[in-house]
Formats: sequence, C-alpha cells, structure tokens
Amino acid sequence: MGCCVSSSPSWPPVKTMPPSSPDTTNGANDPTPRKQPPGAPRSEATPVLSLQGAAKAFAGVHALEGVSLDLYAGEAHALVGENGAGKSTLVKILGGVHQPDEGALLMDGREIVLGGTADARAAGIAVIYQEPTLFPDLSVAENVFIGRQPLRSGRRIDYRAMDAEVNRIFERLGVQMDPDRIARGLSIAEQQLVEIAKALSSEAKVLIMDEPTAALSPVEVERLFRITETLRAEGSAILFISHRLEEVFALCQRVTILRDGKLVLSQKLEGLTADDLIRGMVGRDLLLREHEQHTPGDAVLEVDGLTREGVFADISLEVRAGEVVALAGLVGAGRSEVARAIFGIDRYDAGSVRVGGETLRRGSPITAMTAGIGFVPEDRRQHGLVMDFSTEDNIALASLGRLKRYGLLFSSDEREFSLDWAKRLQVKYGRISNPVSSLSGGNQQKVVLAKWLSREPRLLIVDEPTRGIDIGTKAEVHRLLSSLAGEGVAVLMISSELPEVLSVADRILVMREGRLVARLTREEASEERIIAAATGAAVTRNPVEGNH
Amino acid sequence: MSATTTEAPPTIAPESPRRLVDLVLRARTFGILGVLLLFVLITTAIQPRFLHAANIQFILATTALYALVAVGETFVVITRNVDLSVGSVVGLSAYVSANMFQAHHGIPIPVVFLVGLGVGVACGLVTGIITAVGRVPSLVVTLAMLYIIRGFDTIIVGSGQVVANSLPNSFINIFHATILGIPDVAIAVAVVVAIAAFYLRTYRSGRELYAIGSDPDAARLGGIPIARRIFGAFVLSGALAGLGGVLWATQYNTIDATAATGLELQIIAAVVVGGVAIFGGSGSVVGAALGALLLQTINSALNVLGVASLWTEAISGFLLLVAITLDRGIQLRLAAALRRRRVHLGA
Amino acid sequence: MAPESRTLKERLAPLMHWDTGLAVALVAVAIFGSSVSSQFFSSYNIFTLCTNIGDLAIMALPMTLIIITGEIDLSVASILAVSAETLGALWTHHWPLALIFVVCLAIGALAGFINGVLITRVGLPSLAVTIGTLTLYRGLANVILGASTVSNFPSPFNNLGVTGFLGISWLSWSVAIFLVLAVITGVVLRRTPFGRSLFAIGLSQEAAFHAGMRVKRTKLLLFVLSGVVAAAVGLLYAFELSSAGENIGIGFELQVITIVLLGGVSIFGGKGTILGVALAAFVYAGLRSALLLTSSFNENDFEVVSGGLLILSVLIPNAASFVQRARALMRRGQMRDRRKLLALADAEVLDRE
Repeated sequence: MGCCVSSSPSWPPVKTMPPSSPDTTNGANDPTPRKQPPGAPRSEATPVLSLQGAAKAFAGVHALEGVSLDLYAGEAHALVGENGAGKSTLVKILGGVHQPDEGALLMDGREIVLGGTADARAAGIAVIYQEPTLFPDLSVAENVFIGRQPLRSGRRIDYRAMDAEVNRIFERLGVQMDPDRIARGLSIAEQQLVEIAKALSSEAKVLIMDEPTAALSPVEVERLFRITETLRAEGSAILFISHRLEEVFALCQRVTILRDGKLVLSQKLEGLTADDLIRGMVGRDLLLREHEQHTPGDAVLEVDGLTREGVFADISLEVRAGEVVALAGLVGAGRSEVARAIFGIDRYDAGSVRVGGETLRRGSPITAMTAGIGFVPEDRRQHGLVMDFSTEDNIALASLGRLKRYGLLFSSDEREFSLDWAKRLQVKYGRISNPVSSLSGGNQQKVVLAKWLSREPRLLIVDEPTRGIDIGTKAEVHRLLSSLAGEGVAVLMISSELPEVLSVADRILVMREGRLVARLTREEASEERIIAAATGAAVTRNPVEGNH
Repeated sequence: MSATTTEAPPTIAPESPRRLVDLVLRARTFGILGVLLLFVLITTAIQPRFLHAANIQFILATTALYALVAVGETFVVITRNVDLSVGSVVGLSAYVSANMFQAHHGIPIPVVFLVGLGVGVACGLVTGIITAVGRVPSLVVTLAMLYIIRGFDTIIVGSGQVVANSLPNSFINIFHATILGIPDVAIAVAVVVAIAAFYLRTYRSGRELYAIGSDPDAARLGGIPIARRIFGAFVLSGALAGLGGVLWATQYNTIDATAATGLELQIIAAVVVGGVAIFGGSGSVVGAALGALLLQTINSALNVLGVASLWTEAISGFLLLVAITLDRGIQLRLAAALRRRRVHLGA
Repeated sequence: MAPESRTLKERLAPLMHWDTGLAVALVAVAIFGSSVSSQFFSSYNIFTLCTNIGDLAIMALPMTLIIITGEIDLSVASILAVSAETLGALWTHHWPLALIFVVCLAIGALAGFINGVLITRVGLPSLAVTIGTLTLYRGLANVILGASTVSNFPSPFNNLGVTGFLGISWLSWSVAIFLVLAVITGVVLRRTPFGRSLFAIGLSQEAAFHAGMRVKRTKLLLFVLSGVVAAAVGLLYAFELSSAGENIGIGFELQVITIVLLGGVSIFGGKGTILGVALAAFVYAGLRSALLLTSSFNENDFEVVSGGLLILSVLIPNAASFVQRARALMRRGQMRDRRKLLALADAEVLDRE
C-alpha cells in the first residue's frame, strides 16, 4: 500500500484512513495536516449534557445497558460503533424520542426529563438526522422557523424579522443563502445548513449530528467542519456520529465507543489510534486480507464515449472477465450516473455500451439483465429491495421469469431457490418469509447480492457495496467480490472508501466532474494518487494513460 | 486546488430562485387571467351580448357559490387531502336551509344561513374526525361521506322538494342584489377569499397547513399538530360548503334530493385549474377562486355561443387535464432550473 | 440452517384475517337474509342479486389490479357510459353488432390508453387524471346520445338481463362471466411473475424498476385493460337494462371501489386478494338484497350503508395493524439473536416516526 504521509497541500477529502500502525500517536504523521484548532476552553467541570447509566430495552431486548456519556461545552464528541451497537437508540434518548428505562439525563448538572421531541428542543438539544427533512414548498426562513415564527401584534407572522434573523444566523455560520428561497432543489449539504440554522435559531446548546457527511462532497464536508468549529468555539457541545474514523480524528476531542449496547470506552481522543477504535467497536483485530491475483479474460463490458449532457462526458472503459475494476472519485463526480446509464436505468445522449461484443439498447434495464448484467444500487432501501416483501421474495425478485413452470410460479420452487442462495451468501434471517426490513443492513445487502448473483451474471455492477454495513459483513462482501472475480465474473465497483478500493480492485478508474481522469493499476495506485486525480490536484508522477 | 479558502464563502443560490418560483406562480395566476381574457374576447367578438352588464353580473353571482366552496376545498387540498363530499353537503344544506322557510314561517334569513352553516359544520366534523383521528385516507372517507350524506339527504327529502314559491322574495333576491353593479354575493365571497388568503399567509397555523401537505413526515417530526390542523381544514370545508348550500338555494330556488350532485368534481377542477397542487403544499385561495371564475365564464360563454350545455361537462374535464398537465410541465422545468443553478456554482 | 418448508400457518397466512372475516360476514348475511324473508334464497332473488352485482364485480377485477399498483381509476363508469351510448348510437344507424362491439371495445381501450399515458408518460397523479377523464368521458357520453334512449336491442342480447346463464335460472350471465374472469385474474395475480410485479410496483416502484420490471408499461397496460373491461361491461349492462340512455352507470365507480376496498385491498397499494374482492362483492350484494327485502329499506338508505361499509373497510385495517404490531413485539421477546433484535428495534422505531 502506498505511503500514508500526504505531501499535497490540499486538505485531503475524507476518504483516507489514518495510519493503523501504532507509532503515530501524535499529529505529525497524521495524514490530516490540519491540527485540531483550539476551541473554547473546555469546561472540565459540569458537562452540558450528561447521560448516566442509561438502559433501554425494547420488548425485553436490551438496546442500551449502563451507558454513560458526557457532552462538554465547546467540545466535539464522537460516537462510534457498529450498526446495532445502540448509537441510534442513544441519539433518540438524547433527542427526546425515547425515555430511558433506567438512568438519568442531566443538563448542566440538573436532572431533566424529556417527554418528547418538543421537550428536547426546548431544553436546547437539536438533532440533525442523516436525511434532513425540510418542507420543499416552504422557504428557507420558514423551514428554520416553522412553528416558531416571530410574531407581530395580533399573533401575525413577522416576515421581516424572520428574514433578518435568518440572515443573522447565516452570517454567524459564514454562509450566504437567500432566506426567501424555496427549499425545493436544495442539495443535501444546503439542507443540512438549514437544519443547523434551525438548531441555532432555537438557541441549541447541544448539537447532535447523525452521519452528517455521508452524502457530502469534500468541499461541503470542509464547510460543515468549519461551521462545527465555529459553533464549538462559541461554546456549543457537539455529538458527532460517524462511521468514518478519519473524520472523527479530524474533528473531535472526545470519543465514546458502543458495542452491543454497552459502553466500551468514553474518553479523550488524544492518544488513541484508529486501530484502538476499531478494536473497541468490533472487539477483535481486523485481519488484513490478502489480495488474490486472477488472470483477466476477455472484455465483458466495453463502454465507448458515453456521454450525458451536464452529467458525464466521453466515458470509455472496459471490464474484463475475472477482474474487479473500481470507479473512484468524489461524491458528485458522476460515477453512479455512469453505472445507471450502463445498466439502463438512466438514459445517455451519446456513446455505446457493449456486453460480450453485443451493443446494448439504451434505457432498458431488461436488455441489460438479459445480456447478463447485475446491478446492486447505492440506495438499498429504495432501489435495492422491496422492504415489505419477504427475504424470499426479494431474492427471487429478478428471477421470476426463470422460475416459472408452464407460466406459473410454484411456492416450493421459489422457497428452494431462495433458501439455496441465502445459504450460499450466509444471510442471517429469522424466517425466510419474514419481511426483509427485519434484517440488519449487512444482511439486507447480502439479499440484494443474492438476488443478482442468482442470475449468474457475467458482469456485476455494485454501487457502494458496503455503505452503512458493519465491519464484519464488510469483510464478507469484499471476500465475495474477490471470489466472484475468481470465478470469471467481471466486476465494476463504485466506491468512495479508498481502503476498500485499494484492497479489492485490480484496476482503478478515477472520475472527476463527469470525466475519467485517471487509470491506475493496482500496483500504481495509492490513496494519494487517487485523491489527487479525484480532486484535480497536480499529478506529479505518471500522466494519465490511455485506454487500458 | 486549495480547498481551504480564505476568500468569502461562496454564496449559495445568489439569484434567489424563490424569486423565480414567485415569478412562476405569478405567471400561473396571470395565465388563468390570460385564458379568461381570451375567452371573453373571443366570445364577445362572436356574440357581443356576452359583455352585457346583466351577463357579467350573472357570471359573478354564480361564481360566488363555487368560489366559496373552492376556498374550503383548497384548505383541504393544501394538506394533501381531498374532500369529495362537498357536493353532497351543499345539496343537504340547500334543502335543509331552504326547507326552514316552509317549516318555520317568517324565519329571519340570517338564521337560515346559520342553519346551513350548522349542517356543513356537522358534516365536516364527522369527516374530520374519521380522517384526522382514524388516520384513514381522505379519498376513501370523503367518498364514503359523499354516499352517506347524499343518502341521508334522499331519506329526508323523500320525493318531496322545496319549491320556489315557499321561499320569501327577500331570500330569492339575495342572488340578484347588487351594489354598484357588482352582485352582493360576489362581494361577500370576495371578502371571504381575502380573509382566507390573509390567514393562510399570516398565521402560524395557516403555514402549518402548507407544511403538512409539503412533507407529512417532516411535519410529524417537527411537532406540528397534524391531526388538529387536518380536522380544522375539514370542518372549514364543511362549513363553507354548508354556506354554499344556502347560496345554492338562493340561486336555484327549487331543490330536490339531487341538488348539487357532481358539484365536487367541478370544485376540484376549479381548485386545480387555479394552481393548487393536487399533492398539497402549495397554491392559493385566490387562485382557486379565479379557477372557479374561469370555469363559470367558460360555461357562460358556451351558453351564449349556443353550444349545447351537454358539452360543459366534457369541457370542464378537459380543462382539468390541461391544467394539471401544464402544471406538471412547469414543475419539471422549475426543478431543472433550480438544479442547474446549483451545478453552476460547483458545490 | 434446517430446510424450511412452508408451515401450515404460512400457507394459510394469506387467507387469514380479512378474507376469513369476509367469509364469516357472507355467512352472516345469508343468515340475515333468510331470516328477513323466505324469498331470500329463491331463484328469482338470487338472480336479481346477481344482476345487480355482476357488472360491478367484473369491473372490480381490473380496479383491484390498478389499486394494488398504487394507482386508481375513477373513470370506469364514464367509459362504461361512452361504450353503452356508442352502442345505442351506432345501433340506431343500423351498424352490424359485431362491428359495434369492436368499435366500443376499441373506444374503451383508447380511453384507458389516454388515462395510462397521462399517468405514466406525463407523470400526473392518477387521482387527478381520472377525476378529469371521469368528467370528460361522461360529458362526451352525454353528447353522443343526447337525451334520447335506445332500447330496441336484438335478442338474444336483449335477454341478458332476464335469462340465466346457460339455462341456470339463478345465475346471471354477468356473474358467470365474473366468476370465470375472477379465477383467471386470481391465478395471474398470485402465481405469475406479472402478478408478482404488481405487488412489487405497489410497494416500491423504484425497486421494481431496478429489478427489471417494466413499471410504466405495466401500469399503462392495466389502464387500457380497465378501459376495455369497462367498455365491455357497458355493452353488457346496456343489454341487461335493454336500454342505453343518459346517465347510464352513474356512480358505478364509487361502488366498484367500495367493493375492492371492502375486499381487503389496501388503498396504499401492494396488498390484496381476488378472493377477498369476490367475497366482498357477494357480501355487498347480499346485504343490499337482504336490506331491501325488509320493508323499511330502500335504495337510498342503502347508499348510507354502502358509505358506512366503505369507511369501516379502511378503519378496520388500521386497527388490525396495531394488533399485528403488538403481536409481533410479543413474539420477538422469544427470539434469541439480540443483535438482530437491535436492528429490528431500531428499524421498528424508525418506522414509527
């Protein structure tokens, strides 16, 4: 793997992992050249918000047991843990959605009881969820102040005061947004800003951010971090939940690790390494996988000059049987759009897609499927699965045509089929007839994979194969992709997680702003080179090569 | 590229697309007026009788009833619901209120209006409770209420009817009375429209109606009292339909069990043509009232031009389809424009 | 993992709850009917019952499919009217019946196609579109024949409303046709990939599309089918009435939707059975017949009952889902894999927000 010290002056976008070797305990070798900026003097006295010995059970099952957490003013506190560790339950308790069965919540040293979300808001606790929910038809200002608009005489809304206040808040945050603008069409990053403004407008003392950077570009992440630091400097307490350890190290001063609903540790971040965190989350050391080399066969997928106005241009690539090609780049570079165009979900304006030598009709997923392409989409819940269908039905969903006999589906055939594939991928479920919504994220992803693999595709396109999945299942999925390549399947993988890209892929293509800007072999690749290409920093080594 | 910027932070959406959206909405409203004007001009060219004072007064007076009910319907549609029972409510209220004159001789007219209002409120209460508290889709509830109220109406009316000569002249004249050439009823309804528009714009509860229709999940998360607001919207819709029923009585005078059958479809057409989104979250009562005016004008125009009244139903259906198609086109263009602005800034 | 075969419970699961309730209701109605009048089960009464429900039931079949995919078609009664009036108009101009049939069905297909295109290609909500076409088509229907009525249809067609199917005196042609179509539709819905795709589309259109299902084409097809069936029923109904005139079939769409929802089909899409709809049709017809036989009820009173049934049919599932959730929670207390439960709990709670 490439050297971990970054010599580029650019703030590395969040896809790098901090070094896992133990001799990097100070900031010098930290790939993030930025040092932790000094915040407001941290009060070691009373935490603003303190959860003590909280326990919460749902129907006899413990989601949290004996968890304590202190949020101090002017401090950013990270909350990490695998899926199912209890993070969201904790957040919901702090946000007033649930009441703890045991334990107490203290604000500035005094016990408080939050009977609901309104109580939490009144107490000055604001939660920004992963998917901001704004009202698309109302203006930004109205979204910030909904339900609390400043009033004039006779309880009439004072629009001028509202706009002025919103402008003041945006100024404080260092951004500019027109308060009268309608919320429809705002990007996720912009929506988050509105949510933050909403939190500030209610004088929130505690700001809880749940996976805020999942859908942001590095520029937007930077802006978010800058704002967070401003708020921290002003004395807010911030709880930051994230899967991305590099962000945790960049932003936070304190960390709490949860595992299986219990507290593993809650202490200052200084002195800990990424390995420590991972070990805390998983309870075991993660073994690095050996990469298997395969000899690639003939080209399965050939894309020529694929163009879609305003989204991507002149994309030419090929994926051969038995190789894993990764498509790297920043969020918004157009990678998913290229994949969707290849599979036929989206249309394209020019260029061609050939599978096994045959040109594919554009805009038709069925043609793509018949040609042997499988597509695991980025959004599992909306596009990958029918959440209300059973696991069984989901696995069979793309194979119904092949399963029918005399035009009819027989339940025994379906059952046998689904059981077989669920076993092959080691999907953990209760009963196979239970709705797939009852499975964990990792197992849901396996169901999606089972659905496509059961069609025995020649080409598998996976978009963010391990997003929102716990570390254990992540490794399983990586193993699966590698073994698929070993069996001669061509794999096109889109991923924003560089460690994943570097460990699984045979070749790496980098996109930036709709174009392919770099092609790297496994040997040539390094985090640095990928990031450089993805962000457009000057490439100091080999220039971009032509078609591989 | 240096990502740590020292210059001023980039302005997000500097050209304030709200202005763009505002512009589009205004264009929509002007669009209705434009079509209205077009119809008036063409019809007058063919048949100058169309612009005679008496005809204009008639159109305005007839519109009053539809506009009034459309205001109530707008409140409901804004919250992403629909009230299909308004026709039955108008029919029931028309009969009950007009029948008051037969049952209680010399009853003062304001009391009759109150009776009509009461009938409407009662219907709205039931519909509102089932929809808001029972969390049942309003399409189904109001469809059912359409049945139930109409059935109830038929039971009460039996084969009887209210005849014109049982109504006092003072009541019948309400429809024809004018101030400075403008029908009383039109002025009264215009005032109602103004008040409703003001309320929707200036009061928190009004804005919450839009929020509920814009994103019901966000509304729930945000602590908006959804059930209460939706309940209120249905009660208001019922109330205005009830008042509309009394207006119906002043206009048609003879009322049987089939009064106002099918009215709900015309009301919804007016509301949609007037720019209120069928999925809620946006639109204005002024637009709905204008939509009602447009439809009534077209009705009158067709009448004056000698087109059989048979065609009015077909035309109103056609207009509804045109309106929602146009709106969809506008919506798509707008969304694309908003997105393009953002991309230009390279966020 | 031990091989799982379908347990008896699983096999029966789709039949439980709503359909069972309907079957019970049907028995209750039968008992009620015969207690009201000894004539309830007479050949004549059953036949009348059949003629009342047959046409509605046939139209309920494509309506069920449409509602399962999450859409709705309010224009069916108007299409019925256009077809019936066209029949009347062309018959008075002495067109051959076979040709008239073709024309009417084609008109139905066209009407459904217009609905489908506006909904799938232009992307308009089906509620608004079919309210518009309901009005438009009804208006056109009234224009075709105006105020006149045509009634001199030839036998044997003229007798469809009075003679039984193949001589069975209590079974109307409409119900016979319905039963055959219901079986076919039921099999297609539950046991073919096409039927499965309807449920998938109703539950998650995006996921269905990503799995290679032709969402737009399927919906378009359903609306065309709805139009053709409505047109066919228009012919059937005109023959049964032995007349085609103004306002024929007015209000039918509401009754059809009532039957479908009463049959346990979820208005939100993704759920429903043909068996339920068939049972609901007979419960509806039986109840109406029984009530009308009691001297205190007439058609209009039944309207009120009809509305009440509609409300109940949507209120009860809400109550039922509460019970379901409670039961599920209790069942989970016995499961052992805690991690799965945590995810379950999180998801469950997220669900509730």
